[in-house]
Amino acid sequence: MLLMSALISGIGLGSMYGLMALGFYVTYAVSGTVNFAQGSSMMLGAVLTFAFARTLGWPMPVAILCALALCAVYGLLIEFIAVRPFVNRGSDAWLMATVALGIVLDNVVMFTFGKEPRSLPSPLAQTPLEIGGVGLGVYPLQAMIPIVGLLLAFGLYLVSTRTRWGSAMLAVAQNRAAARLMGIPIKRVIAFAYAISTLFAGIAGVLIAPLFNVQSDMGTLFGLKAFAVAILGGVTSAWGVMIAGLLFGVDEGLVTALIGSGYTQIITFALVILELAWRPNGLFGRAEVKKV
Amino acid sequence: MAEFLSRITRRGFAAGVSAVALGLLAGPVLAADPIKIGLVTALSGQSALAGEAITRGMTIAIDEINAKGGLLGGRKLELVRRDDEGNPAKGVTAARELIFREKVAVLFGGLDTPVSMAIVPLVNSEKTPFMGPWAAGTAITKNPGNPNFAFRVSAVDEIVNVGMLNYAQKTFKAAKPGMILVNNPWGESNEAGLKAALSAKGMTAAGIEKFEANDVDLVPQLTRLKAAGADSLFMVGNVGPSAQVVKSLDRMGWKVPIVSHWGPAGGRFTELAGPNGKDVHFVQTYSFFGKQSPVGEKVIAALKAKYPSIKDVGDITPAVGVANAYDGMHLAALAIAAAGSTDGDAVRQGFYKIGKYDGLIKSYDKPFQPGVHDAVQADDYVWAQFIDNKILPVAATN
Repeated sequence: MLLMSALISGIGLGSMYGLMALGFYVTYAVSGTVNFAQGSSMMLGAVLTFAFARTLGWPMPVAILCALALCAVYGLLIEFIAVRPFVNRGSDAWLMATVALGIVLDNVVMFTFGKEPRSLPSPLAQTPLEIGGVGLGVYPLQAMIPIVGLLLAFGLYLVSTRTRWGSAMLAVAQNRAAARLMGIPIKRVIAFAYAISTLFAGIAGVLIAPLFNVQSDMGTLFGLKAFAVAILGGVTSAWGVMIAGLLFGVDEGLVTALIGSGYTQIITFALVILELAWRPNGLFGRAEVKKV
Repeated sequence: MAEFLSRITRRGFAAGVSAVALGLLAGPVLAADPIKIGLVTALSGQSALAGEAITRGMTIAIDEINAKGGLLGGRKLELVRRDDEGNPAKGVTAARELIFREKVAVLFGGLDTPVSMAIVPLVNSEKTPFMGPWAAGTAITKNPGNPNFAFRVSAVDEIVNVGMLNYAQKTFKAAKPGMILVNNPWGESNEAGLKAALSAKGMTAAGIEKFEANDVDLVPQLTRLKAAGADSLFMVGNVGPSAQVVKSLDRMGWKVPIVSHWGPAGGRFTELAGPNGKDVHFVQTYSFFGKQSPVGEKVIAALKAKYPSIKDVGDITPAVGVANAYDGMHLAALAIAAAGSTDGDAVRQGFYKIGKYDGLIKSYDKPFQPGVHDAVQADDYVWAQFIDNKILPVAATN
């Protein structure tokens, strides 16, 4: 029972990390850049949903759709003010700029929403799942998150292989100059990738909010772990990132259950280092080939 | 005259002029000059409500003292507040300003132990008496300062831990409690205190589990405690993480008694934890519900008159902030009166001269002595639950 509970709990947690890490994959695959404040984007999804649904009293589906749309707009903003100006000058300062923008967002939310944690209840997080009368220790919502994550990873795969936008994204990723010569609007493709990235983080925020507390700093630790997951999976593979998220979460759950919570962070992150020493490009990543 | 002038050296003349100038600048201490009382606490953000509660408790006490003519021959008390935002560095900066520029006679602290811990070395070095009306860290009053200028009217971790064990044994017949503690210095402090309390009774914990403040799922930790045979839980964490403990227990379907430090009292616990939040029993120093002493009735009436938002006793929240600050202010005033001046060291010794005082939390009798800087003891604690979003007392500890 101890192992089963830890396993199920770990899958639920891991899929949350994976879902956020998919956002790192999307922008890195296209532009070689990422939004380091992905945790803040997750928080934005949760806070906006709370504001629309609880404060303004909108129906939940409308609140979620509006919150996710605004998350996508925030992604465009990140790309426009914290990434593009630096990439255009060949600078890596977008690393710090995205972190700084995330801190600005956290503080704006703190001043407007307040520091006090709030609750966003969901009918899917009221009664725990049972099999044959035995409680599994998870809400239906937790079981939903891995399904949503894997569906999004599959959706990304379809978009990148079956649509014109996907082909454009792949072209930009493979050879930016050639893509430009072919008439592909590179700037718009990269901006679109950032919108998708923050949209995924927003979805993670909406899904996590009923299981957690909505507050301005709720995304900080998630963002850090999601980045570790993205690197662990190999940031160039959507499937790899999602699977790495699941492995990371299960690892956390099992270490806590078998060895004790005092060792969870030590062992989990030590395993990440060992794995990267063994496979520097991540579990499912490929080394970049440089043509000379 | 010329002979007299010739005897005055240039240095002597300069010294005399300087002395006159300084005297003019400093001015005499007039009977009408107010005695400033400082307060450094969180006045914005997550803990703003706590800062407001402390302010209200102090204000009601100051109004009462001023209505009786003030202190030291008619000098009125004046409250000077600064916001520390829960940040130790900002707290120290604010404390410096209040000590050096405002020249407060007594400095009050807020609810964050790290902020008070950062301020204590400053008040000891500058000989400014400090009164803690909330932060419970044991080391705030048990600090290495000699002499020690830090006093407190609030709960103290190591005393709370003894109270938690007594309460769990009495109320839930706890024989094998488990600990679920936040992974920070507050959790560490309580782990040591709870271990000592258990050890004093020849008991050991079923298990000790930690959680991060932002952990979503605590089922693995709680499953370990359940597997180890824990018959009750000691919980230490702020309102958000405490709510995560309750929600994780709910997911597991494990109905286990929870005896908690006062973390859940600091916010919207019922909203965050869901319906099972009411099952958590936590420590308080005072409750405005139930039969009140004459002092309690007087304070409730004064609060309602001064703050229109207070319609009934449920609106006096967080109650511990109001009650601790009210008693702390009156005890500080008695110390100033006993000192006969606002000199820091005299006021420190004035605290030791306080005799009997009928306060809100209890009737104090020599509440402070050298080596005893905490006025509230284990027998003074009240145990409470959240019922319908209100903190209601369960029973007084024995």
